[in-house]
Amino acid sequence: MKALLKMREVQLALCTVALTILVGTRAPVFVTGASLANLLTDSTLLVMLALTQMLVIVTRGVDLSVASSLALAGMMSALLASRFPELPLPLVMLAAVAIGLLLGLINGYLIGYLDLAPIVVTLGTMSVYRGLVFVLSGGAWVSSHQMPADFIAFPLARLFGVTHLVWIAALTVLAAWFVAKYSRFGRDLYAIGNEPFSARYVGIPIASRLMWTYGLSGAMAGLCGYLWVARYAVAYTEIAYGFEFTVIAACVIGGISIAGGSGTVAGAVLGGLFLAVIGNALPVVKVSPFWQSALTGVVILTAVLINARGGRPIGRQILPLHLNKSNATGSAA
Amino acid sequence: MNTSTVMSNSADAPEKASSSRYIIADRPGFRPGALLGRWESLLALLLVAAFAANAIMLPHFLDLYNLADGTFNFSEKALIALPMALLIICREIDISVSGILALSSVAIGLAHANGVAPELLLPVALAAGTACGWLNGIMVTRFRLPSIVVTIGTVSLFRGLASVVLGDQAFTGYPQVMADWGQGYFFGFIPREFVILLVFAGLFAFVLHTTTWGRRIYAIGNNPVAARFSGIAVDRYRLVLFMLTGAMAGLAAYLLTGRIGSTRPNIAMGWELEVITMVILGGVSIAGGAGTIGGVMLAVLTLGTVTYGLSLANIPGIYMTIVVGILLLATIALPRLLRGRRTAK
Repeated sequence: MKALLKMREVQLALCTVALTILVGTRAPVFVTGASLANLLTDSTLLVMLALTQMLVIVTRGVDLSVASSLALAGMMSALLASRFPELPLPLVMLAAVAIGLLLGLINGYLIGYLDLAPIVVTLGTMSVYRGLVFVLSGGAWVSSHQMPADFIAFPLARLFGVTHLVWIAALTVLAAWFVAKYSRFGRDLYAIGNEPFSARYVGIPIASRLMWTYGLSGAMAGLCGYLWVARYAVAYTEIAYGFEFTVIAACVIGGISIAGGSGTVAGAVLGGLFLAVIGNALPVVKVSPFWQSALTGVVILTAVLINARGGRPIGRQILPLHLNKSNATGSAA
Repeated sequence: MNTSTVMSNSADAPEKASSSRYIIADRPGFRPGALLGRWESLLALLLVAAFAANAIMLPHFLDLYNLADGTFNFSEKALIALPMALLIICREIDISVSGILALSSVAIGLAHANGVAPELLLPVALAAGTACGWLNGIMVTRFRLPSIVVTIGTVSLFRGLASVVLGDQAFTGYPQVMADWGQGYFFGFIPREFVILLVFAGLFAFVLHTTTWGRRIYAIGNNPVAARFSGIAVDRYRLVLFMLTGAMAGLAAYLLTGRIGSTRPNIAMGWELEVITMVILGGVSIAGGAGTIGGVMLAVLTLGTVTYGLSLANIPGIYMTIVVGILLLATIALPRLLRGRRTAK
């Protein structure tokens, strides 16, 4: 029980619940079923992107181009759907994912096979992809009346009383959990993040692993691109502008170490949920929405401070140290 | 990097120095052949090429007044790029510069609205910027947090605070002295901002390339632990560099606010990435420990020339982001591709 309480994810979950209840006491409307369902729907895109971003960060990388990939894939799917309204929806979604995957694989090739710094590569592709959105659309908006009805309706349509967005996010969480915890691919990523040289020595194909990790991140951005455009029923050049930082912030709050090698699916999910709670709670308790960004900043800083204090030795010492009791505590740290 | 003892040894006995394998020369001798392979020469060629292409294709490109006005596009960003280069050489990064700029601009606006004298607004901007930089620096040095995480947090904090103060309003009606510095000229056609940039570039180059402080910054970037063990106050350097970056962002805020004459919540949105692009394109290694101010200035001028040419050719600004992105990717990927893969991963 005590060990459970010490886990970062549990603490974060408790914080999220406490915050929700706190807001609920000020404004009971916040904890009604409809409001909470709404909150869940609002958090899905962030959570999904945070999951793949987590895999990237675990490998000691970072993907700054997610928001731009999202915008490009979203715009392309919107254009596709508006030009060819008779195209079946699954095909449009598949196209969005494929575009995102391609964009991610470009990142991954440059980072994995050419051994370039992730932050520089994704910084570059971020501006290229964002510029391409403008080139493709000619700077024009694709608005709701140009898109087919089923294209727009899908994300918020309900299955067993829950929106498709939440279903998709739930499936993504399960898939990410399996990949990170039980698949060879996922475990390799942790190995790469912990000690790239050793990972190479034990025969992990680092370049291809990295390429597909960024590919995965891109594919998720593609899927979210379609969902984003369809949900808000508009596509324009600046969609999700600056959202990459929100995604990284969700990961950081979830306790995923930017130095690589550690991080859990639960952390990414909770980080995303926490930010969503803050975002949705502010209007409810009648705090000016202008405070949202400042508060997000404070939360990020607090979260990293807490994480840095709580978790430094964890995950480094694999074998127990056999030392005298007197200096065991000193040298283990 | 080298310590002073090695330097004095080699000065005392040059013959011995060249024969002993334990002594590393402070700087390699001058070889014209090596000059060609340098990043800066590549950039200079790129700059000349961009300049020539623009001059041939665009009839009004070589107009002196136009060219001088073209520098307004990048002067403020380049002012932030200079300390950013030092930070990146030092293995740190500051993503919060645009947030600092916004908050400093708001500080100027607040001070002005509360009747602070016009000549005191520059100190206000610098102080606000330095304070923001201090917060970043303290978080990084005292609490041992990675700078990228800290500054991702503070960028939303600073910009958030700026938008809390501003709400949906904007500060306008700034005094004439700010407009003079932001959009004024020396001798009728040299923009003051550009002159300020050149002065600061000289200053930064001097500090980085000729003083002990500069050598120590390289030392920290190459190996912070070894630098600490050789007696460099690593954390103090980091803290000062963060504060310096903040101060320069404050200066940029003063100039930008004077130039556009207002403070709005979206001021300098997305600048952090443009500034970092300038620095990386200038050949500063993101892994730290390498890079020159000359390279950064060449990158600034190259980007400025391309932007200016595109705007003369009536191409929308967003195409510029594609060009910048491709330029950045190509410049880092091409050398790697040409050299071939070193390690089979």
